[in-house]
Amino acid sequence: MIFSEADTILYALIIPLVGAIAIALTGRWPNVRETVTLTTAVCLAVVVWSLVPALQTGGRPELKLGEMLPGLSIAFKVEPLGMLFAALASGLWIVNSVYSIGYMRGNNEQNQTRFYVCFAIALAAAVGVAFSANLLTLFIFYEVLTISTYPLVAHKGDEATVKSARVYMGILLGTSIGLLLPAMIWTYSVAGTLDFTPGGILAGRIAEPLVGLLLLMFAFGIGKAALMPIHRWLPAAMVAPTPVSALLHAVAVVKAGVFTVTKVFVYIFGIDFLFAQPSHRLIIWFACFTIVVSSFIALRQTNLKRLLAYSTIGQLSYVVLAASVLKPLSEVGASMHMMAHAFGKITLFFAAGAIYVASKKTEITDMRGIGRRMPWTMAAFSIGALSMIGVPPTGGFISKWYILGGAIQDDNYLALATIVASTLLNAAYFLPFIFAAFLYKEDVQPVKQHGEAPWQMVAALTCTALLTFAFFLFHQPIADLEAQILVQ
Amino acid sequence: MTLYDQLPALVVAVLLFTAPIAYMLRLHGFPWFVATAGVVTSFAVACSLAATVIGGETIIYEMGGWPAPYGIVLSIDALSALMAMLITGASSAALIFGYKSLADEVGEEIAPAFFAAWLLCTAGLVGMVVSGDAFNIFVFMEISSLSTYVLISAGPDRRALISTYRYIVMGTVGATFYLIGVGFLYMVTGTLNTADLAARVGQVEDIRLVLVAAGFVSVGLAVKAAIFPLHSWMPNAYTFAPNAVTVFIAAASTKVSLYVLMRVDYAIFQNSIANHDVQLTFFLVPLGVLALFSGSMLAIYEKNLKRLLAYSSVAQIGYIALGISMTSVAGLTGAIVHMFNHGLIKGGMFMAVACLAIRYRTVNVANLAGAGRAMPWTMAAFVIGGLGLIGVPLTPGFISKWYLVLAALNEGWLGALLVAIILFSSLLAVIYVWKVIEVAYFREPRSNAVPVTEEAPLVMLIPTWIVVLAGVWIALDTGMTVGLASVGAKILLGAAL
Repeated sequence: MIFSEADTILYALIIPLVGAIAIALTGRWPNVRETVTLTTAVCLAVVVWSLVPALQTGGRPELKLGEMLPGLSIAFKVEPLGMLFAALASGLWIVNSVYSIGYMRGNNEQNQTRFYVCFAIALAAAVGVAFSANLLTLFIFYEVLTISTYPLVAHKGDEATVKSARVYMGILLGTSIGLLLPAMIWTYSVAGTLDFTPGGILAGRIAEPLVGLLLLMFAFGIGKAALMPIHRWLPAAMVAPTPVSALLHAVAVVKAGVFTVTKVFVYIFGIDFLFAQPSHRLIIWFACFTIVVSSFIALRQTNLKRLLAYSTIGQLSYVVLAASVLKPLSEVGASMHMMAHAFGKITLFFAAGAIYVASKKTEITDMRGIGRRMPWTMAAFSIGALSMIGVPPTGGFISKWYILGGAIQDDNYLALATIVASTLLNAAYFLPFIFAAFLYKEDVQPVKQHGEAPWQMVAALTCTALLTFAFFLFHQPIADLEAQILVQ
Repeated sequence: MTLYDQLPALVVAVLLFTAPIAYMLRLHGFPWFVATAGVVTSFAVACSLAATVIGGETIIYEMGGWPAPYGIVLSIDALSALMAMLITGASSAALIFGYKSLADEVGEEIAPAFFAAWLLCTAGLVGMVVSGDAFNIFVFMEISSLSTYVLISAGPDRRALISTYRYIVMGTVGATFYLIGVGFLYMVTGTLNTADLAARVGQVEDIRLVLVAAGFVSVGLAVKAAIFPLHSWMPNAYTFAPNAVTVFIAAASTKVSLYVLMRVDYAIFQNSIANHDVQLTFFLVPLGVLALFSGSMLAIYEKNLKRLLAYSSVAQIGYIALGISMTSVAGLTGAIVHMFNHGLIKGGMFMAVACLAIRYRTVNVANLAGAGRAMPWTMAAFVIGGLGLIGVPLTPGFISKWYLVLAALNEGWLGALLVAIILFSSLLAVIYVWKVIEVAYFREPRSNAVPVTEEAPLVMLIPTWIVVLAGVWIALDTGMTVGLASVGAKILLGAAL
């Protein structure tokens, strides 16, 4: 290798920031600007992915930037869970950038430079979250992610959008400052460190019922995991342009949430310690409740993006549920589901955005027969939906398999029943829409005659739909890598 | 004796001696230059003092070689050095920043007097923190107050005069209360030297007079420190003062009174009055909590940007009061660090406001629509400062909040409640900061408004960004601030270093 691994981590953080500056400087020439975005995305992905071989052989690259408070440094350490998240976000950013170009130009959006700059900053923050070596560093990037995505959510700038964006930021900042920050300081005052340590740092240092309280503060303080009742920011974020919903509110931001939850369970509490505490059941109940209720709410949605948002809320709680079952298989399942859901959901959002750009339709009821005009897009949508339901040969099947395996190891019938019920509910809200799109006649004539969306968008959604299959076929190396997270 | 040994005296003397020079040299631009040279020298001296005392020692300097308790004594430890750095640093930054904006707002004919007053004000404030004598603290307090009145009344708006008048009334009441308290102490102990007082107050038999003294001193200083509900002089004083003056006094002046409150209370009363920690807690906690809520709420509904920041200061002073009231090393460290960090944050923010004012000619929030695009650098500085008020990580506000919450967590259930209050008020800060950001970035300018297309001049922008980046720096490398503050806290509490 030309660079040391520590350098590679540093580059992974710096590249998107340099990209952001370059995008701002080249804002006057859209073609140059978009080239910069794409180049940055490719560079980031190459740098991030170059760390994978080191991890597979058991390496844990580290980088320490400086001491912020006594014993608390800004430090990075790549471990399998973070590697997966960073690889996922950086890889999909390339696809998403191609899609963004089609979407933003096809829609004649304003302030495109601001859009691309904030996007690059958000990606830097996501990589920072993924590689953090301690909770403090993670918290810093978590907040940067919230703040840098606000301009993206408020992109349209009208009254209603800004109101939604306020809900978005209010809930995310509120929960993180109000619950996550004190939970973190509490952990520090009890354990004297915030480093992510295999096996956890809290074992024996805190007892029930305070463990339960701390656990709840973490679970709800990490608002990005969208556990009910603090899920409302996610539907609110749907006012954003669809590329934002696709990459950030199906992958980077929400996965940062469930990633943090998993990481806190595994490396702060430690799964053996947490399993011995009765209060971890609380999180299972909250997650099950969220999965079922969000599916019922999704059933009643008429706006396609809001439907997808509620579906995301349910799917995120799969990860939280899997993580809180605290069995080896389920922890692997949690990480696998992050990836499987990412491929499926980004495809669904890409399709929703393609439909909007081509036909300006946002309501499900108007979309009957749209499969005839946009067969390619709707085929990809169907694949994404099948992955959400968990039908083989899509990626969703794999992760569900692991999660169910973990639930059986634990004899956890509540989790089993919830997953089965949710599978049925997922089918109930996706399948009728797909049937209607392909089989029914168009009953609302579009404003203008249209076919597929711009080619960049179609290419992107095809690519992610194929990734859903690819994940089904080639998931084994990833599962092997993730199994390392429980090795102490 | 080398010059190095004279540094404790020089940090004040430089300022006192340059003041008449600034007044007498009535050439164009000269008073500004002399004043800047004076405060920058003093800042350099303060930094060198801080480097000397960070290990935990206390420099005792006897004026004219007269030993205490007969002579006048300056005493410099980590806490006073940190404060001296804050005051002289804020003064230097505000003066350098104010080169253009002061020329704009303060007329040429009053410039010599104005800059002389500025030097005296800085000298008074620094004198208060280095003085080892309760009466000299009062003398320096009066020097700084009187010159602050001059500085504020130089504001271009005629309402500056009314604001100054209200400040004079309140400030005089505060200073007099303090003097009455010190008078009582002198009556019962026969000394004014702080170290001597600390030793003798404990031996006084009639504790009632000491209690009365403590009451007068605390309330008097609370007025000067603008602790809620004694803050009413502050918002208008900040609003109508010349912009560079606001930068300086918002960063430094109320903090100095808090410093004296801390110093006098912990050095003299804490050791000598039984259960004084409980008294202090009952005095400051309710006021601090009220300050957090009322200050933030007033800021949320305020339309004038300068006054909005002033109300935010009321709330931020509430944090410091809470930190002081906790009587623990972590709490005091949090309070001291927040004094410094908030000074830096607010100073930077008022600089950004001054940049806006020089282009927009108004500081009404509603008129700043589109400022995000017209003045991107200025608004970016404002946003970073605002994130500091909220306490977002990578800003100095996070560090101080970290220590305050850490301290509160050690206080049991009441502490948990305080944690909740501290964090809730951070969320209120989100609202008032975001209100400004939304207008500046996401609202189109009114059609009848004169369009602003130009960034603020570089002579203003560069100092603003230096202050903002200094804030980010001390949020990342906390060795200097937290180091001085924790040593200072331990000295105050008499704990082992």
